[in-house]
Amino acid sequence: MSDKSRAIVITGNGTNCETEAAHACRLGGFDEAVIAHIAEILSGEIRLDDFHFLNLTGGFLDGDDLGSAKAQANRLTNAKVAGTGERLVEQFIRFIDSGKLILGVCNGFQLMVKMGMLPALDGDHLSQTVTLTHNDCGRFQDRWCYLKVDQGSPCIFTKGIEKGIYLPVRHGEGKFLCNTTETIERIESGHLAVFKYSDENYEAPSMDFPLNPNGSQNAVAGLCDPTGRLMGLMPHPEAFVHYTQHPRWTREELPEDGDGLMLYRNAAEYVRNNLL
Amino acid sequence: MAHRIEIALKDSIRDPRGERIRNEIAHFLHLSVDEVRSIDVYTVDADLSRDLLEKIAGGPFCDPVIQTWTVDRPQGKDFNFAVEVGFRPGVTDNVGRTAREAAEYLAAQSFSPGEGVYSSVQYLIKGDLRLEDVQNIATGLLCNTLIQRYSVVSAAEFAAKRGFPVYVPKVAGETRTEVREIDLEVSDEELMKISKDGVLALTLEEMKIIQSHYRDPKVVAERASQGLGARPTDVELECLAQTWSEHCKHKIFAGTVQYEDENGNRQEIKSLFKSFIQRTTKDVREKLGDKDFCLSVFKDNAGVIRFNDKQSLVFKVETHNSPSALDPYGGALTGIVGVNRDPFGTGQGAKLIFNTDVFCFADPFYDKPLPSRLLHPRRIYEGVVEGVEHGGNKSGIPTVNGSIVFDERFCGKPLVFCGTAGLMPAEVNGKPGHEKNIIPGDLIVMSGGRIGKDGIHGATFSSEELNENSPVTAVQIGDPITQKRMFDFLIRARDKGLYRFITDNGAGGLSSSIGEMAGECGGCRMDLAKAPLKYPGLNPWEILISEAQERMSMAVPPERIDEFLAMSRRFGVESTVLGEFTDSGVFHILYGDKTVAWLPMAFMHEGLPPMQLPAKWTPPVHEEPVLAGKSDFTAELRALLSSLNICSKESVVRRYDHEVQGGSVVKPFTGVTNDGPSDAAVVRPILDSFEGVVTAHGICPRYSDIDAYHMTANAVDEALRNYVAVGGSLDLVAGLDNFCWCDPVLSEKTPDGPYKMAQLVRSNQALYDICMVYNLPLISGKDSMKNDFYDGTTKISIPPTLLFSVIGKMDDSRKAVTMDVKKPGDLVYLLGKTADELGGSEFLALKGFVGNNVPKVDAEKAYRRYQAYHKAVMAGTVASCHDLSDGGLAVAAAEAAFAGGFGISLDLAKILWKGDQSGRNDLALLFSESASRHLVTVRPDKQGEFEALMSSNCFACVGVVTEEPMLAITGLSGSAVIKAALAELKEAWQNTLREL
Repeated sequence: MSDKSRAIVITGNGTNCETEAAHACRLGGFDEAVIAHIAEILSGEIRLDDFHFLNLTGGFLDGDDLGSAKAQANRLTNAKVAGTGERLVEQFIRFIDSGKLILGVCNGFQLMVKMGMLPALDGDHLSQTVTLTHNDCGRFQDRWCYLKVDQGSPCIFTKGIEKGIYLPVRHGEGKFLCNTTETIERIESGHLAVFKYSDENYEAPSMDFPLNPNGSQNAVAGLCDPTGRLMGLMPHPEAFVHYTQHPRWTREELPEDGDGLMLYRNAAEYVRNNLL
Repeated sequence: MAHRIEIALKDSIRDPRGERIRNEIAHFLHLSVDEVRSIDVYTVDADLSRDLLEKIAGGPFCDPVIQTWTVDRPQGKDFNFAVEVGFRPGVTDNVGRTAREAAEYLAAQSFSPGEGVYSSVQYLIKGDLRLEDVQNIATGLLCNTLIQRYSVVSAAEFAAKRGFPVYVPKVAGETRTEVREIDLEVSDEELMKISKDGVLALTLEEMKIIQSHYRDPKVVAERASQGLGARPTDVELECLAQTWSEHCKHKIFAGTVQYEDENGNRQEIKSLFKSFIQRTTKDVREKLGDKDFCLSVFKDNAGVIRFNDKQSLVFKVETHNSPSALDPYGGALTGIVGVNRDPFGTGQGAKLIFNTDVFCFADPFYDKPLPSRLLHPRRIYEGVVEGVEHGGNKSGIPTVNGSIVFDERFCGKPLVFCGTAGLMPAEVNGKPGHEKNIIPGDLIVMSGGRIGKDGIHGATFSSEELNENSPVTAVQIGDPITQKRMFDFLIRARDKGLYRFITDNGAGGLSSSIGEMAGECGGCRMDLAKAPLKYPGLNPWEILISEAQERMSMAVPPERIDEFLAMSRRFGVESTVLGEFTDSGVFHILYGDKTVAWLPMAFMHEGLPPMQLPAKWTPPVHEEPVLAGKSDFTAELRALLSSLNICSKESVVRRYDHEVQGGSVVKPFTGVTNDGPSDAAVVRPILDSFEGVVTAHGICPRYSDIDAYHMTANAVDEALRNYVAVGGSLDLVAGLDNFCWCDPVLSEKTPDGPYKMAQLVRSNQALYDICMVYNLPLISGKDSMKNDFYDGTTKISIPPTLLFSVIGKMDDSRKAVTMDVKKPGDLVYLLGKTADELGGSEFLALKGFVGNNVPKVDAEKAYRRYQAYHKAVMAGTVASCHDLSDGGLAVAAAEAAFAGGFGISLDLAKILWKGDQSGRNDLALLFSESASRHLVTVRPDKQGEFEALMSSNCFACVGVVTEEPMLAITGLSGSAVIKAALAELKEAWQNTLREL
């Protein structure tokens, strides 16, 4: 592998946010950001091994027909890569085991939890313990939310974020739930709930609609695994990398960069420092 | 043997779907229900082992954190009645299709032909209900019996029979290749019966033209050489009916109109389309000279204009009214994914960058009896909103602009306008991106979905009024994911130059798409037996005209076909070669090796003489209300803010993803709490550039009750003033017209045809007059001319409606302006003059009147002012700008104030007045809807510069932004005529549709 930092964005079967995700990777400092169709990965033309940062982005994989991202989770688990004999999921595990980064946003987050990649409490990345299901309001919601960051989190993406960030959510199935109380306790004690829906001053997590747009348990909006290298969140960081994307940019004095860009900057820096 | 897999939520998990149904039962049917829970049911009709079924149930079908699964064992418990709803045989079942794919991954092999998975939903209803109540719930709410089936069982029956029996909604039928010949040597009565019974929508005159074609000895001889008899085949007759339908042929816009105005002046108009719409574009382009930015107008699926040196903009707006009346969800979903294919199939293909939606409904709270066959307006509202939500969101295209218009007459037919814009490279493989061609010998290739009986007679059925017998088969359900996969593949195929020509399959199916493509090179030879079918049992004519969704047709050079098909397979998209293009001059259709249609292209496309249409304009006179002066209009303002046409549509807009693709600059909602209504949308389609695309629209059907000329002038002006408000440039902006009319053709059913036709003429006249002044070329559009309901006794005709959409550019989107006031102390200006023009206004509607003084557009003055205002925006002197439309100044000021969170104080005495002083009073100044006006705020330090840039235009400083959150308006007498807290006004504005 060359000394370039390389990000990959997987698209296909209903993924929608690949263009802006690749744009965010480039802005964040990646030397390359490749949009790869799942067909090109399953055909063996493109290999995950050649990249450092994997983006699973928002969309409606398979229309969310069996529940969000379920069909793609099934596909990734069972589909084989042409010409190699290996299942695609083995490429994923090798990617994780070699210390690389994965960011799942919205549908990508749903995919990660349904495959078991998050929260992966005991390092098992293929057993589902939490889920994201229908919003309490019963409707798709496009609205901006305040996300309080957990300062104590091992997450590498959120380094340097002081109180929180402001991002849009755009989903119908974003309500976070755990399978057992033990799971939520371990998530909390491990500081794995990186982002929580909060008030506008990022002071306290909120269970009130619309601050918390979906009724998530403990107001969880984003999650990382214990290594901090895998993260998923319902809000869209790639949708706020420049001030003109902010809903109130015409009335507030805002810095050039949007809040979401920090996540990609941190990823690029981590790759430069640890993987090149 | 088939198996039932049931997926239920665990007891501890909330069921939002069930809760929503429970609320709707209470709201709609006024029945009290304790609880509704739901279960997903998959009926797997495939030869799979028990072990595999359990793996499928527990794997892809079930979320183990919140759900439980069973195979062939019911999970329902603790209810009084259970209702199960699934699709009828043959209806598109997207969930079933995905479930089948998931099962195939686990089985590690494809299902055999005929095997499948079918989805349904079981509702468990708890409450003190009678069986007939539950029947009502099923048919009134849970199930659209046109496309779905249901069964109801009581708890006792459920227990006795161990749940619902397995039911496989498979289309039964065997392959038939029946081609009938139709005898046209019959009486006129019989000819009409053939047309009526076959849903051909052909008139007697048209039937006779066909009859005489088949009598022509030359035709008879040619047919004999192809082994065909002298009678037309059903394939031919159906193909002609599609091609000649109002929907495809636009016979009214192409017809010859004898127009007589109110003074008895007569005029013959040969084709409204050519005389007004096409001429508008031609004349505007001439006027623009070397600043002309049009690239492809009217000839393709969508219009194309220049964006910059490297990219072009593509835009199209369509309607899908008739299907949405029958099946609001499926109709509207098909509407949005259908219009997506238009820009995608324009030129060599475009990437889709945004959607726009405008809906016209009757009052969702309507509580009077409805004619049979009409769905309640609230069901139409719910279904359409959800259909477009799913279609747009799942396709990954942001919905950036739209509106909802209410009028009781839309209960006859709702209007569902869906628009899509795209971005196309100015050059693709060295050729202009907006051009394409076909060379004889190119292969006919169809990609995407399979053909079924869905959408048969869609084109002809929407060319008639909605009636008792409107066909069920006309309804389709779109599948955004199959379409997205196809687009993912085709956009890459475009860049590799794997096809020469692309177009979409919409109305009329293959008969229309291949018919039009064959026109490019002069003929085709296509074998319908090669077409991939969803299920066996389709006759050749059905294959030819089916409007089954998610299909594009391509002309592929033979030397690229292997690469095309291989890439298609890799991307999981089905593509099939159906034949080849020729220059034979004949639309030649085979089934296997047997010719089933032999239609000369000239007859198909030019065989129809223009329709003759009488039109007579008699201006209507409405009662002129005497409105008493009042000292306080706060209550009227509150009522207006709450009215359906003005109130906040946020509950709908939030359900549409308006930010995907990352280019959103001016969103649908803006202001201090992100809830003020934006005038127009600005998006950056290229993320490393600040060039913006601006889009807006105008629609005001109520003015048609006075004069469709002014309805049209105001719609065009409203679109442009919204566009200008946010900062759109007047140097690069184009228009799209969508006419939705009630039937204007004089007949027994339509004795007032000449009046409705005259309205159409006047509308076209206005379109030309205003667009010429505004330098607005029309680049594309559509008409839908039969928006009536008629059941033999009741006729409901929609008000003539023009949706005018604009698309254009702003060089630097960082200069965009939003409608929310920004800071206390900012000066408030009203641009434009106000007149006594309450006719057709929301204010008069509130009082139960129409009036006569409809707003008139002074386009020359408005255009100069818009140009000056644009300079002021570019100079950074404008803090906020809101257009004045429904409800006039009072409503605009209230919205700008509560959006910004600061008060506004206005003095009506300072407003510029136009016309007779006798009409100048507080009421007219507050609520008149005079055209071309903007409410602008300016920072005090920019006052001089702003006023200098606006000089020699009509504008006045009329007030100031205040710290105190109040709207305070002083009347002509010097005392307050409106004084209200912003919170109270905002609540009035937000409350009406909040819960819908």
